Amino acid sequence: MITVYVENQPYPVEPGDRNLLAVCLSLGFDLPYFCWHPALHSVGACRQCAVKLFKDESDTQGRLIMACMTPVKDGMRISIADPEAAAFRAGVVEWLMVNHPHDCPVCDEGGECHLQDMTVMTGHVRRRYRFTKRTHRNQDLGPFINHEMNRCIQCYRCLRFYRDYAGGRDFDVMGWHDDVYFGRHADGALENEFSGNLVEVCPTGVFTDKTMKPHPVRKWNLQTAPSICVHCGLGCNTLAGERYGKLRRILSRYNPNVNGYFLCDRGRFGYEFVNSPRRLRQPCLRGADGDRPAVGPAAAVARVAGIIRGGKAIGIGSPRGSLEGNFALRELVGPDRFFHGVPDRELELVRLALALARQGTAPLASLQEAAACDAVFVLGEDVTNTAPMLALALRQAVRHKPAELATRQRIHAWDSLAIRDAGQQAQGPCFIATADQTRLDDIATATYRAAPDDLARLGFAVAHALDPSSPDVPNLPPDLAAWAQRAADGLKAGQRPLVVAGTGGASAALLPAAANIAWALIKAGRPAQLCLTVPECNSLGSALLDGGGLESALAALRQGDVDTVVVLENDLYRRLPAAAAAELLAARHVIVLDHLATATTAAAEVVLPAATFAESSGTLVNNEGRAQRFFQVFVPEDGIRASWRWLADLIVAAGRAPAAPWRNLDELLSALSAAMPVFKDLRAVAPPADFRMDGQKIPRQPPRYSGRTAMTVHRDIHEPQPPDDADTPLAFSMEGQPGHPPPALIQRYWAPGWNSAQALNKFQQEVGGPLQGDAPGRRLLAAAAGAAPPYFADVPPAFAARAGEWLFLPAHHIYGAEELSSVSAGVAQRAPRPTVTVNDGEAERLGWAEGREVQVSVGDTVQRLPVKRSAQLPAGVAALPAGLSGQPWLPLPAWGKISTPSIPPVGGASATLRSMPSLRSTSSPASAPSAHSANQAPVPPGRRPGLQAGSSPSVREVPA
Amino acid sequence: MFSILQSLWGVFQHTWRRRVTVQYPDRKRTLPPRWRGRIILSRDPDGAERCVACQLCAVACPVGCIALEAAEDEHGRRYPEFFRINFSRCIFCGYCEEACPTCAIQLTPDNEMGEYHRAGLVYEKNDLLIAGQGKHHGYNFYRVAGLQIGGKDKGAAENERPPSDVRSLMP
Repeated sequence: MITVYVENQPYPVEPGDRNLLAVCLSLGFDLPYFCWHPALHSVGACRQCAVKLFKDESDTQGRLIMACMTPVKDGMRISIADPEAAAFRAGVVEWLMVNHPHDCPVCDEGGECHLQDMTVMTGHVRRRYRFTKRTHRNQDLGPFINHEMNRCIQCYRCLRFYRDYAGGRDFDVMGWHDDVYFGRHADGALENEFSGNLVEVCPTGVFTDKTMKPHPVRKWNLQTAPSICVHCGLGCNTLAGERYGKLRRILSRYNPNVNGYFLCDRGRFGYEFVNSPRRLRQPCLRGADGDRPAVGPAAAVARVAGIIRGGKAIGIGSPRGSLEGNFALRELVGPDRFFHGVPDRELELVRLALALARQGTAPLASLQEAAACDAVFVLGEDVTNTAPMLALALRQAVRHKPAELATRQRIHAWDSLAIRDAGQQAQGPCFIATADQTRLDDIATATYRAAPDDLARLGFAVAHALDPSSPDVPNLPPDLAAWAQRAADGLKAGQRPLVVAGTGGASAALLPAAANIAWALIKAGRPAQLCLTVPECNSLGSALLDGGGLESALAALRQGDVDTVVVLENDLYRRLPAAAAAELLAARHVIVLDHLATATTAAAEVVLPAATFAESSGTLVNNEGRAQRFFQVFVPEDGIRASWRWLADLIVAAGRAPAAPWRNLDELLSALSAAMPVFKDLRAVAPPADFRMDGQKIPRQPPRYSGRTAMTVHRDIHEPQPPDDADTPLAFSMEGQPGHPPPALIQRYWAPGWNSAQALNKFQQEVGGPLQGDAPGRRLLAAAAGAAPPYFADVPPAFAARAGEWLFLPAHHIYGAEELSSVSAGVAQRAPRPTVTVNDGEAERLGWAEGREVQVSVGDTVQRLPVKRSAQLPAGVAALPAGLSGQPWLPLPAWGKISTPSIPPVGGASATLRSMPSLRSTSSPASAPSAHSANQAPVPPGRRPGLQAGSSPSVREVPA
Repeated sequence: MFSILQSLWGVFQHTWRRRVTVQYPDRKRTLPPRWRGRIILSRDPDGAERCVACQLCAVACPVGCIALEAAEDEHGRRYPEFFRINFSRCIFCGYCEEACPTCAIQLTPDNEMGEYHRAGLVYEKNDLLIAGQGKHHGYNFYRVAGLQIGGKDKGAAENERPPSDVRSLMP
């Protein structure tokens, strides 16, 4: 411990490379700042954190220093309250406010504005400036972010986040002297997937949440609860806020082990599905005449119970439903009649990921562990689109090298600009092997483009290069072997290497290849970690329950032992070919519990409205096996209930149990942890419902929640009692202990004088460090100790292009690929048009211009799509959008055909089509299905995936 | 005995004193304009709603009897989609008026609000909005604020320079 004297009082401080501002804030002092941010560190631009530094005890004069740019030293004597320092800070704020518009009443940041807080903190209360203010025109920055440039105080945090931290390129600063402008070169949506963080990073109201703009709500009027993002498998922590029965916004909730300070745009702006007009709000029963009137819950439960009591029901679970919902369904129908709501292939991939986590020696990396890695290998996964926040973590992983270079030059780890200058363009090793170009290519040391099987072969080759005892890859071309060797060397040079793979690559060979690399690295003495992405928010958690996938359910139905299908939070038309989904839904009785009206609910006899993440509490397990609790934000007014409550009622009504098996969430969790040993820690994920702080519950509403005696009086003059919450220690009220709850229960960040999200500093043990109290969530999986498992040896044969056929791969897109978020207006606006992506050279040969409509046939599904040309996608492979609404579900990857529509626009097109087989005759002959034998002849020169003579080579070399 | 007589004498003397009791409701006193009575929402000099739905009155209200929801019209002006005051809870403290940054919400000298049913004391925006400016004349928030709205471009507010051209090299 070292000692720092503040106002002549000694304070113990942990030794280490810290700046004085972070230390002062960690000690609990209120020191104003603008340009510093715990994740973006110091640049010393705003001059707001001035303090007096004294030479020694006898020094009365002292000198002004900027706390954020001063390393903390033992015996340092400073004064924050010194009149000269205080006057300096007040002067700085006064100058910053000179051009600030008189906007607070109509500014969405008002009430949680860092500039408001700092202005009050410095005591600047009256504007003395009597001259004109400079103004700026705003830009349209797309559906997510509202731009109001007049409010800018030039702290540069937006720029440092957007360009340096998130790697965006379409946003910059323009102008000069007191006339600088932060924006794009022209109007247009911000391209970066993390642009929503500008809302929280900006200390004032330049960037605000556009999705909330139609009905802005102040922070003090939001009923908030800690939540978990449901839009991908990473399980980022969020704060969800409600007002007047509608979910209004999502903010990032700091979790030092998962998402840190930030969120992706899908997670932040995908919430609007909760308010969608497509929401199911009342139970519906289909009558004899086919229409479905809404009924009361009792009638619905009685009807379903009657069906289930007499019948032979199976249950179809959901990868986006909570653990509790899936378990309750399993209890209703019986463990042997419970099926997962995903195709068998996806279930196997997720189970494989589980097996790698449990049996392998390489632990699964959390997001923050991934960001701490210094060498990265991405195998087959388009990370930005399948697990966006992982892409942000990988961007931080490659920034360790410049930081290391700077440390060697004795630059402090928090001196952000100096590190950037010292590191120049240096980036840590990052090797990306995917089918098509990715949004992370700009940080890649080298990229490789090939079909999934070839990517897996590359992975096996890298593992072999690391450890010769791992299986060799036969017939590996020498240039590819050199690429693999280079990647192996790069990974081995790292102190903390990371291998990223996942289910998005849609090949079963990719995960074993990634595991081989990680295990080979561990064998070589490197603490390698695996990061495996999964498709949905509870894919991993639901896969921990036994049971087969949808094809197994279909098989059970065909055997005839089933007359009732209970579908939980699932749209089968997004999981199966339409014919198969229709077959499942043609069972005698179909009961569906879901949030939104879908094709599946349209086929149901009984529809029960299920609560979303905002209307119920539950547990989700993320891609690293971390179980995390989300808490109900508000009580819906309609017939909406949590799935597990519907199912608990059904269990009793159907006679499966004499009394309600669980009356509240804690009882359900106890049952769940007793049922399966893997869930034994489930109750420790968050404090139980009887947890109290000073004998009181924790209020969801802030102490200044307004309108509580006027919100409902237009319906009934008698104000209702606040609803009771039997499931959680949170209350739907402003009464309770609003202090600092345990991290899993933090419902908002607020501290006296700190109304903005920056109040988070007061909730951390140390600025940028862990939160005060037990870390939220529990990891359910641990890497196996002891002997390394044997390497996977099934090296797939090289990809062989087929004449006249393409291997269609799923192309994921951050906006639109996920079911729930794509219902949200903003996300839907950013969703891509459906296209079929083909290789540039191939399209050129076939005469397909960009946007040319072609006919794509995969299996029985034929659709017309415009062509998108990609210079990097290998020949013989095409990509179709995955999960885009309005598109039929396809069992990708799958072989299929592309043809020009029957009426060609010009005579040449069909001629090109006919000549296609001859063009491709150098590829494997007509007996293409035999291509999967191990003795497949090597792909002829010029047709090798990734190295074909296209318009640009796919193996890109970036000088290290 | 003496004190009883003294009291009787004192009461008797009041017979010839000047009356201070006003015979309400036959006669009504003129209340000063700053009397804290029925709350109204005023309009700006151009006749548009003054309220920008900033929710400060609601948060200042100690009994929480003001509920409103903000919205934005096609010209970029903020307005309350609904604005409800539950006068059966209101204590006429005037904090809402004090908090209002646009002089929209004002307390008036009117205090005759008796109802037989409490539900009649719930006033919606239609009941609150008056045609004039109330006590504060001449103030128009949007003429001061930097926000661009229909009919007022960027740089057209009071004490504003025209929007700067960041592509220009001129100092």
